[in-house]
Amino acid sequence: MPYDFEQIVERIDQQKFWTFPGGVHPDGRKHLSNQTAINPLPLPKQLVIPVKQHIGTAGVCLVSVGDKVLKGQTLTSSPTPFSVPVHAPTSGLVSAIEERTTAHPSGLPELCVVIEADGNDTWTELKPVADYQQQTKSSLINAICEAGIAGMGGAGFPTHIKSTARKKVEFLIINGVECEPYITADDRLMREFAWQIRKGIDILSHLIEPKVVIIAIEDNKPEAFKAMQQVCNDTSSIRVVQIPTKYPAGGEKQLIQVLTGREVPRTGLPADIGVMMFNVGTCYAIADAILHGKPLIQRVVTVTGEAVQKPQNMWALIGTPIEHLLSQAQYQLKKQKAPAVIMGGPMMGFTLPSVEVPVVKTTNCLLVPAKQELNLNQRELACIRCSACADACPVSLLPQQMYWHSKAMELDKAEEYNLFDCIECGACAYVCPSEIPLVHYYRKAKAQIRIQRDDKDKAEKSKQRFEARKARLEKEKQEREAKHKKAAAARKQASQPGTGEEGGAKDKVAAALARAKAKKAEQAQATESPASASPQPDDNKAKVAAAIARAKAKKAQQAEAPAADPQGSVEDERKAKVAAAVARAKAKKAAQQTNQDESAHARDAAPAEDERKAKVAAAVARAKAKKASQSGQPTETTAQADDDSDNREAQRKAKIAAAVAKAKAKKQAQADEQAESEPQATEHAQVEPTEEDSPEAQRKAKIAAAVTKAKAKKQAQAAEQAESEPQATEHASAQSAEEDSPEAQRKAKIAAAVAKAKAKKQAQAAEQAESKPQATEHAPAQPAQEEDSAEAQRKAKIAAAVARAKAKKAQREAQHSGSEDNE
Amino acid sequence: MLLSSLIALGLLALAFGLALGYAAIRFKVEGDPLVDQVDAILPQTQCGQCGYPGCRPYAEAIANGDDINKCPPGGESTIKELAELMGVEAKPLDAAHGEDAAPKVAYIREDECIGCTKCIQACPVDAIVGAAKQMHTVITDACTGCDLCVEPCPVDCIDMVTVNPTTASWQWDFNQTPRGDIPVKVIS
Repeated sequence: MPYDFEQIVERIDQQKFWTFPGGVHPDGRKHLSNQTAINPLPLPKQLVIPVKQHIGTAGVCLVSVGDKVLKGQTLTSSPTPFSVPVHAPTSGLVSAIEERTTAHPSGLPELCVVIEADGNDTWTELKPVADYQQQTKSSLINAICEAGIAGMGGAGFPTHIKSTARKKVEFLIINGVECEPYITADDRLMREFAWQIRKGIDILSHLIEPKVVIIAIEDNKPEAFKAMQQVCNDTSSIRVVQIPTKYPAGGEKQLIQVLTGREVPRTGLPADIGVMMFNVGTCYAIADAILHGKPLIQRVVTVTGEAVQKPQNMWALIGTPIEHLLSQAQYQLKKQKAPAVIMGGPMMGFTLPSVEVPVVKTTNCLLVPAKQELNLNQRELACIRCSACADACPVSLLPQQMYWHSKAMELDKAEEYNLFDCIECGACAYVCPSEIPLVHYYRKAKAQIRIQRDDKDKAEKSKQRFEARKARLEKEKQEREAKHKKAAAARKQASQPGTGEEGGAKDKVAAALARAKAKKAEQAQATESPASASPQPDDNKAKVAAAIARAKAKKAQQAEAPAADPQGSVEDERKAKVAAAVARAKAKKAAQQTNQDESAHARDAAPAEDERKAKVAAAVARAKAKKASQSGQPTETTAQADDDSDNREAQRKAKIAAAVAKAKAKKQAQADEQAESEPQATEHAQVEPTEEDSPEAQRKAKIAAAVTKAKAKKQAQAAEQAESEPQATEHASAQSAEEDSPEAQRKAKIAAAVAKAKAKKQAQAAEQAESKPQATEHAPAQPAQEEDSAEAQRKAKIAAAVARAKAKKAQREAQHSGSEDNE
Repeated sequence: MLLSSLIALGLLALAFGLALGYAAIRFKVEGDPLVDQVDAILPQTQCGQCGYPGCRPYAEAIANGDDINKCPPGGESTIKELAELMGVEAKPLDAAHGEDAAPKVAYIREDECIGCTKCIQACPVDAIVGAAKQMHTVITDACTGCDLCVEPCPVDCIDMVTVNPTTASWQWDFNQTPRGDIPVKVIS
């Protein structure tokens, strides 16, 4: 350190300061707004409070839409320390929690809590910290965090994080410099609320225990300087100093350099060199939080520029739309070429995407320039290498080198020129004779570099995860192999001490016999079970039976795949029946406890176990249906693409779908024989659910049905297309389309019915639906009957998903077969 | 004179030869550092769109002379970097392996998930959590958007959702008019 503490204090007492390199002297224009006292702002109707207004992580909303909130009530909380909550700025109703455009140059929406003010402005219970000197530091810091205080100078760094630094602090610097032109919020605050700022400083010095406190104010604010001096003249540990006006003296690193001659290391923090800095606004907020218990819900905002009639400072609630502030200051649109409001000052601010964005914790100024006030439309000329920018740079960088590399997107080279040390003060762009918006280029390059770094980080993480997974799979494989080896060895050992070869053979024969027996028995069961309508006594048996039925269906299907069309469809029907039977058997086993009555109201909520079984049954049926349609469709469509086969196909699909749906629906009911015979007996499976009184359930079922219908329709259209194409060569395609359209409708209806039938699974209407398989083609599917239990809803959802998936797959196949036909 | 110079050169050659021989043993490099370098450039989505089962196999293929333009997730910037590293000409992305699309992440519609674990098995970076017959969900931060989980899902409940830029990932776009404009100059 070039200067020790005593030397620095001595120099400060002599009003001698260091200086930072570069810097500019723009016209301050502070007189516009610093002539009048800070005005209170009338309460806006609606307040929009962004959940994240600071640097760090956003919190989680504690309120929900429709909640009544009181002024000062906490709206968010976060388990991570790098976060501060936001509070309701007034009492009212939470009307929405949604993404709104916030104060960010991108105009991208961020999560906001919208509060409709009730006009009462009722405070929540305030909990001031009584006699803070007696409190532990951690409780004070906690109170500061709870009050939602983030640095109010502009960056929005959480204050509680800053004040918990463990390092020894020599200088606590209170930043009242406010170096950027136009802004007078801190100026007015110091003039009018010097005493409260002083209290905040006292709290901070109690927390941080610095050797000396320095309040730094630029010499263009003599009134503020006087006011601060007055409130601090009772103590020798606080020094109020006036520093020469030069932009950007208010930058943290620059101010430290001016006051102490020390430079903050590029990767370090001010605390590393024994300095800590807070804005005067932050001090005010801390005093409010500790002494009055009030969270940070308002701040001083300068509304200035020549396009407003009454430039002034206002106490604006956080979340107040900018519009409201502008109208208060009498914004005159005609004085501007195009509406443009700048948040922040003219050097570092940004043009707001809209005037509806809310005031946030870091909003210190709204600048509304008139036509000729600011040079907004810069005509960028070529760089002439005059190096004026390098002379103006307060961080001694080489702006033109960084400009070249940033413009050419040579990011690594730009980084070599210490791009990330740039504080984006805009001094270089201010002096540039070619009017190059240098900071634009730096910001863009910085963002690009950050994104690249993030990508690299993510790639690295993915790589680690991928490799970890590979290692895990390898390990599992080896373990499995070891187990198999062990098992094989054990088998060998077991067979050897016995009767040797002969015994092994005998065992095998016995096993085969037992298997065959079991198969026979279960086959009988499997075929009987649907007819017998008696609940299966044994879960295991049913499962085995189902498995066998499945295997058979598969075999039969494989054998029948090349079969001719009419036969194929009949067999397909049979397969579907088998599938349905299997599904039913499973479903039934789950429904053992239900009564035998066909029209019985099986309204009891099924246990979760049954549901699971029903799901399994549905999955099995689905798999079958898939396979059946896969094998059936190509043979049919290639053989004959006439209307008849279309019908059959559709029927088959519908039947399968219906079977699945029924199996589910009937989980607790019987009438399986009917279900089985139904597809055979009828041409058009039409499920006609009965009505029910629960409107909620109906609605849900309707939604599910609608979704399914839409999907089924799509599928039907695709199928129609696929099938009409081969026809089109011979017949008018219009005709085929006509022929197909009822079919499509039917399909859609059937699919809808499937979904509905599923939704009804606890209702008694399932049997009815089956026993009434009408040939009516256009009978509208009626609202499903359903219990409005959550369970039923979930099942309906599953049913919808299944139907959807099926429809999708069928569609794909239809397209496939269609293209085959074309070829 | 001639002899002495010959002897001197011979001795020098011998000494250097020994030094080199020793260095070859002492500083032997295990593996192929080029593969590591290539692998470091690849985006590690493990999506297999290049035709290789993961990024490392593709890195090995590149090191053995395969084309450098088969990585859609990496896009132009990756191709550029690879070209620089390999000393070859950068070429446009091979459309046969897919388009350079906006970053995506998988999203499971949870109330439709039947808990079949098929997507979990397909995920190359273990970014899907869940158990048999339990709902699954995607860890968005770990998802590379490789698409591999979409196909195995029996109920088609996985969507690939485009990642919208946030205020953190947003970049200043100067082609877009006044939005994000930084007024800098005060006319004095």
